Amino acid sequence: MSDVIDGPAVNRVDPAPPDLDPEPERPVGSAAVMRARVLNNLGLWVAPFVIAALAGLLYLYVRSLDLANAKTQLRSPLEWDTKLRPQLIQHLQIAFWSTFIVILVAVPLGILLTRPALRRYSPGILAFANSGQALPAYGLLVIFLGIMGQGRWTVIWALALFALLPVLRNTMVGLDGVDRAVIEAGRGMGMTKLGVLGRIEMPLAVPVIIAGVRIAIIINIGMATLAFLIGGGGLGITINAGLKLQQDPVLIVGGWLVALVALSFDWLGAVAEKYLRPRGL
Amino acid sequence: MSSEARIHLERVGKTYPGTKVPAVEDLTLDVYDGEILVLVGPSGCGKSTTLRLINRMIEPSGGRILLDGEDVTHGSPDKLRRRIGYVIQQIGLFPHQTIAQNIATLPKMLGWEKARITARVDELMTTVGLDPEQYRDRYPKELSGGQAQRVGVARALGVDPDIMLMDEPFGAIDPITRDRLQNEFLRLQGELRKSIVFVTHDIDEAIKMGDRIAILGERSKIRQIDTPERILAYPVDDFVNDFIGTGSTIKGLNFLKVSSLTLTHYPRMTTDEDPQKGIARLQESGSDWLVLVDDQHRPLRWLSEDDLSGAEVDSEEGGEALGEFLESDNTLFQALEQMVQSAAAASIVVNATGAFEGVVQMEHLAKAVRRAQMEARLHYEELEATNT
Repeated sequence: MSDVIDGPAVNRVDPAPPDLDPEPERPVGSAAVMRARVLNNLGLWVAPFVIAALAGLLYLYVRSLDLANAKTQLRSPLEWDTKLRPQLIQHLQIAFWSTFIVILVAVPLGILLTRPALRRYSPGILAFANSGQALPAYGLLVIFLGIMGQGRWTVIWALALFALLPVLRNTMVGLDGVDRAVIEAGRGMGMTKLGVLGRIEMPLAVPVIIAGVRIAIIINIGMATLAFLIGGGGLGITINAGLKLQQDPVLIVGGWLVALVALSFDWLGAVAEKYLRPRGL
Repeated sequence: MSSEARIHLERVGKTYPGTKVPAVEDLTLDVYDGEILVLVGPSGCGKSTTLRLINRMIEPSGGRILLDGEDVTHGSPDKLRRRIGYVIQQIGLFPHQTIAQNIATLPKMLGWEKARITARVDELMTTVGLDPEQYRDRYPKELSGGQAQRVGVARALGVDPDIMLMDEPFGAIDPITRDRLQNEFLRLQGELRKSIVFVTHDIDEAIKMGDRIAILGERSKIRQIDTPERILAYPVDDFVNDFIGTGSTIKGLNFLKVSSLTLTHYPRMTTDEDPQKGIARLQESGSDWLVLVDDQHRPLRWLSEDDLSGAEVDSEEGGEALGEFLESDNTLFQALEQMVQSAAAASIVVNATGAFEGVVQMEHLAKAVRRAQMEARLHYEELEATNT
């Protein structure tokens, strides 16, 4: 039937040889894109050295304090085995568990809230998550203290609520950002709703979700410095001691350690973002 | 075309909740084996909705859908969709999967063996004109629009469904690529003989692609459903007439062949004949022009009386050029195209050996068009007679 309507091209003129695809092939990556990618990768591999250098500087700084001969106010808060190391571990535990809970709650919640049946509840839930972050962290801790009493888990739950919003919102934004046509095509081929979610929507939303998780980790590491207020431990103790005893070196060491932890985890997040991002995007 | 309908819609309707006016109302439609049925209509007429009712991307609120006689109105829509190829304008390739993975989606879902999937993917890529070696491991963002739509078609053909639904598949592609994809798709369809429902808002695409065209009005009401040539020859009402637009008669010439004409005798002379003989023939026939042919009767030039006044005829430069020649399988549209460019307002027809057969002139076209219109009218009168 095509020869009927090949149009005005009249006979005796051979039809153009079919398909020597004249569509131009797009370059896989233009120079600018490549440069950006190289810089990005460079940043990713330089960061650990920067972090290590900062750690080294801290070590040298502590050495220069000559703690063995220092007065007790200075020496005692900076003891590694009895003070700094346990505090660091507590700090990491708080940050880890609160982030873990955030992921466990916010990602499924974000998935549910982007399903058509539950979408109408999303403004309400988002408002709730917003309030978690809008409240001063200190106030939130006090509220949880009132409910759960003292202890590390009180801090963990309070921080989980505090950091819920970025992950929840990014999960929803990531899922909503998936091209409707892609979902339509998947459904149209007979993929189940769950199949589309697991094989199309989630992989495509992963980069955005991880970006949210990175934010949550940083929030939690920072906020864990307040844990000492309600008996949760963490590096906040050292910082507080530095303030109370008016020992600037103690303050600096505590703050520096928190910063190192935050930088390290942000780097881990960046690595995860790079390697969990599906290819082809 | 068998009389058994591949797809049968029976009084299918869709009313969205909260609205009174149905989007699709009481639609009854048959799609036969191996045909392309084009749904065409103004925007908002519900043609896309109608298409999506067939694979239940939109659940019908009334009526029945039958596939090969089997009622599929209820039961799992996912299972139904796996039997139907689905191509949409935005294509919707999975951006995080390679071309091969995209095409393999459905075979994989149905649990095909790995080797069989690989072979099938290569076969499909070749079918749609993409080199498997070159494109297999690329990602969709590395493809042009035309290439992406080829992959879209290949993916829809994944498990060789009998039925395909295509929603403006070439709508977002530049005109030149679209034309080529259309031609390729028609060639492909010539081999595959799928039963296809094709939605477009472009009447020219409908005329080109459709074995039959359903022109839809508001609420997807069928205003006319027939072959393109009959719709062009005999639009049943003003709505259809307006929709197919001006120039529909000219478009209809695409469906009429030179072979259907009875060519009238036209004066001619060979290169070795005396020009005076030519003048005599011109005067005898009352024509302004004659055709100069060589000793094999192959046409060379148009000659008028003035060109014949000399002692000899210049077979290279004398008179006017003939333009391109028609053969019996050319369309009258092509004949018209040549005719309006010709000095003698006629286009040259040659036979398979290149010998001059005669000319096509305006009165031939007028006669052919009137005959087509009459045949179409008779067809509709007969239909009406059998219906009442």
